[in-house]
Amino acid sequence: MKNALYAVFFMALLTAPSISVASTADHSKFDQLNGPFSTAESVTKACLSCHTKSSAQVMDSLHWTWDTTHPVTGQALGKKRIINSFCGSPLSNEPRCTSCHAGYGWTDLRDSAPTDPTKVDCLVCHDTSGAYEKIPTDAGYPQLAPRMIGGKLVQPPDLSKIARSVGKSGRENCGACHFNGGGGDGVKHGDLDTSLINPPLDLDVHMSADGENMSCSQCHTFNDHIPSGSRYRTTAVDTHGLDLPHDDHDRATCESCHGGTPHQDAKLDDHTDRVACQTCHIPEFARGGVATKTWWDWSTGGRKDADGKPLYIKDEHGHLSYSAQKGDFKYEENVRPAYLWYNGLIEQTAVTDKLDSHMTDGILILNRIEGSATDGKSRIWPFKEMRGKQPYDPVNNTLVVNHVFGDDDSAFWTNFDYPKAIAYGMAYAGLPWSGTLDFIETRMYWPITHMVAPKEQALRCGACHTTDPGGRMATLSGFYLPGRDHALLLDILGYLMLGGSLVGVFLHGAVRILLRKRPSP
Amino acid sequence: MTHKRDVMIYTRYERFWHWSQAVLIFTLFFTGFGIHGTHDLLPFGLAVMIHQTAAIVLIGLWIFTTFWNFTTGQWRQYLFKKGILKIIRFYAYGILKGEPHPYKKSLQRKQNALQSLAYMTFMTVIGPALWATGIVYLLYNEWSHFDGAGEALGIVALLHTAAAFAMGTFVIIHIYMTTTGKTPLHYVKTMITGYDRIELSEVEEAYLAETKAAEMK
Repeated sequence: MKNALYAVFFMALLTAPSISVASTADHSKFDQLNGPFSTAESVTKACLSCHTKSSAQVMDSLHWTWDTTHPVTGQALGKKRIINSFCGSPLSNEPRCTSCHAGYGWTDLRDSAPTDPTKVDCLVCHDTSGAYEKIPTDAGYPQLAPRMIGGKLVQPPDLSKIARSVGKSGRENCGACHFNGGGGDGVKHGDLDTSLINPPLDLDVHMSADGENMSCSQCHTFNDHIPSGSRYRTTAVDTHGLDLPHDDHDRATCESCHGGTPHQDAKLDDHTDRVACQTCHIPEFARGGVATKTWWDWSTGGRKDADGKPLYIKDEHGHLSYSAQKGDFKYEENVRPAYLWYNGLIEQTAVTDKLDSHMTDGILILNRIEGSATDGKSRIWPFKEMRGKQPYDPVNNTLVVNHVFGDDDSAFWTNFDYPKAIAYGMAYAGLPWSGTLDFIETRMYWPITHMVAPKEQALRCGACHTTDPGGRMATLSGFYLPGRDHALLLDILGYLMLGGSLVGVFLHGAVRILLRKRPSP
Repeated sequence: MTHKRDVMIYTRYERFWHWSQAVLIFTLFFTGFGIHGTHDLLPFGLAVMIHQTAAIVLIGLWIFTTFWNFTTGQWRQYLFKKGILKIIRFYAYGILKGEPHPYKKSLQRKQNALQSLAYMTFMTVIGPALWATGIVYLLYNEWSHFDGAGEALGIVALLHTAAAFAMGTFVIIHIYMTTTGKTPLHYVKTMITGYDRIELSEVEEAYLAETKAAEMK
C-alpha cells in the first residue's frame, strides 16, 4: 500500500514538468539570442552569458570526455580505447565519428576533448524547433554556410531562430545521436531508434503520447548536466528502490519509480530479485518498424561489380545486405533478446587487449557480461546479441583500428584496400601491427531496457517455465528453474513406478476375471 | 448369535474428508504434472495458481482431519495390526482362487492390517513429504537470499516430485483395491453412502440400537 502511494506520488512528480512546460524565462525574448550567429561557438557564448556554469558542467560529463575509468574493474574506458562490433574504433575516423560529440571541432581523438567552453554544443540537446542538425562528417559542427549537397544548394539552418527556441531536451534531441548509433537508424542498440520519437503505446508505454509521454531525461536524470544510467556500469539490481525527492537523483532504473514489488501478485513480485523487469516487459526489441543490424561481416568488404564499381546489394526490405564499404549485413525486426545473468559489470575489449582470454568456442566476446546465478548480485537481463566478423592481427593477437573514413589514399570506404586502411589506422593510433590481417568472428551484448510493452504483452510464465528447448531460459544454467528442469533418473523411476503399478493392477484384475469364470471345484 | 446389519461405518465427516481429499489430490496431480512439464494442457501460470490453491486447501483439510482423528479417537484405526502377511497372501493368491477375505470388518476395525499400514504410510510419510517440501517450495523467496538457494530449490523440487510419484502409485493401487469387494463397486458405494454390511453381536446390535452411537438400518 505504501509502495502504491509512493508510485502515485511519483507519477504526479514525473508528469509535473510536462504539464508546466513554461519556465520563468522565455528564450525568444532574449536580445543575446537574436544573433545573427556566423559561428556555432558564438551561440554557445550567448548561452554562457546567462548559464555561466553550463559548459563547465557539460565538459565534466561522459558526453564530453568520452573517457572514464570504471570504478570497480579499473578498466580505462571510452570510445577511443575500446572496440565495438560496428565501425570498430573512431580513431582515425574522427570528423565522422565525432559528429556525435556534444561539441564542435574534436578532430583528433588522440587529444583530450576540447577545453574551450565555447566548443560545447548547447543546441544539439536543447533545440526544440527540430531545425538544428550537425553535419555527419564535420566533427560536430552544424552547417554554417550554403553548401552543395547531392547536387542541390542547401541553406544553413537559422542559428538565431534555433537559439531562441531552446528548452528542455526531448526525445528527438537525444535520439539524434542515440537512435542512430552504429551508422544508421536503429542499427546499434535495437531498443533505440526513430520509432521512439512518437511511439505508439504498444511500442513504449513510457514515451508514447498515449502513455506517459515521457522524455529520456525523466529516467536518465541529469544532475549538473551529467546523465544517469550507464551501460558501462549498469545498476543490474536496484536495491535502493523508489527514488524520492532529495534522494539519489538517479531514476534510470525501473525500481526508481515502480519500487521493488510492483506487481499486484506476490508470485510475480517474487521474481524481481532474480529477473530484471526488462526480461518480461520487453518481450522483443526493434518493434517499431525499424530494423536493427544483427550481423556485420567486415571480411567480405571491398567487392566490385563487373564495371569495377563498388558493389551494393539491398535485401527485400530495402536494407543494404551487402556494401563494398562494410561487408555483409543482416537486419532483423521484432527480435527476441538473448538472456544472460548480469550484475552490472561489463568488461570491454580495448584495442590493445590480447584476445586469448576473451575467446569462447573460437569466437571473440567483445564485451564480457559479468554475473551468475549464484553471485547474489545478478539478475537475468535481456540483451541484443550483435554478431559479426572483424579485422584483427593474428600475430600480435589484437584487434586493429580500421581507418574507414577520410579524404586520403588509405581510407577503406574510398580505397577498398584493407592492408592500407589498417596500416594507416594502427599508425594513427600509435599501435603495433604485424602486417598480417585476418578476420575473427565476434559477439557483442547490448543490454535491452527501452521499448517497454504494455503489461498485457509481457512474457507469460510458460515462456521460461517450459521443457521446450526453445524456451527463453533454455541456455541459462546454475540454478533450478521450475517447469524447465528435471532430474532424469527420478523421472524414469517415477514413470516406471506409475506405469508398473498400472500394468500390475490390470494384470491382477485380468487374472481375477479369468479365474472367476471357471466354476469352482 | 450374530446378525449382519447395515451400519454407518464411515461418518459424514469421514466421507467428506475422503472425497474432497480425492478431488484435491487429482487436481494437484493433474496440475503438478503440468508444472513438471509432463503435459501441456494448462498454461504454466494457471497450473501454478490452481496447484497452490488446491495445496493450501488440502493442507487445511489435513489439519482439521488430524484434529478430528484425535478428538474422535479414530486415529486408532490406523495403528499397526497383526496378520498383514495373511492379507498380502490373500491379495496375491487367495483372491484369485475365490477364497474368502481373511479379515472381518467390524466397527472397531474398519480396516485390515494392510490398509492400516498403507493409510498410515500415506498420512505419516507420503503426505508430510509432500506438504513439507511443498511449503518450503512455496516459501522459496523467504530463503532465496541464502547461498546455493538456486540449487537447493532443485533438491526441494526433486523430493516433492519423488513424493508425488509415490502418491500417484498409492492412488492407482488404492483405486484398484476398491474393485476387490463383493462386487467391483461395493467399496465405492460404501464410501459414498457410509453404510456397510457388517456382523454385529447381539450386544453390539442392542447397544447401537439403544444409543445410536452409529446409525444402523
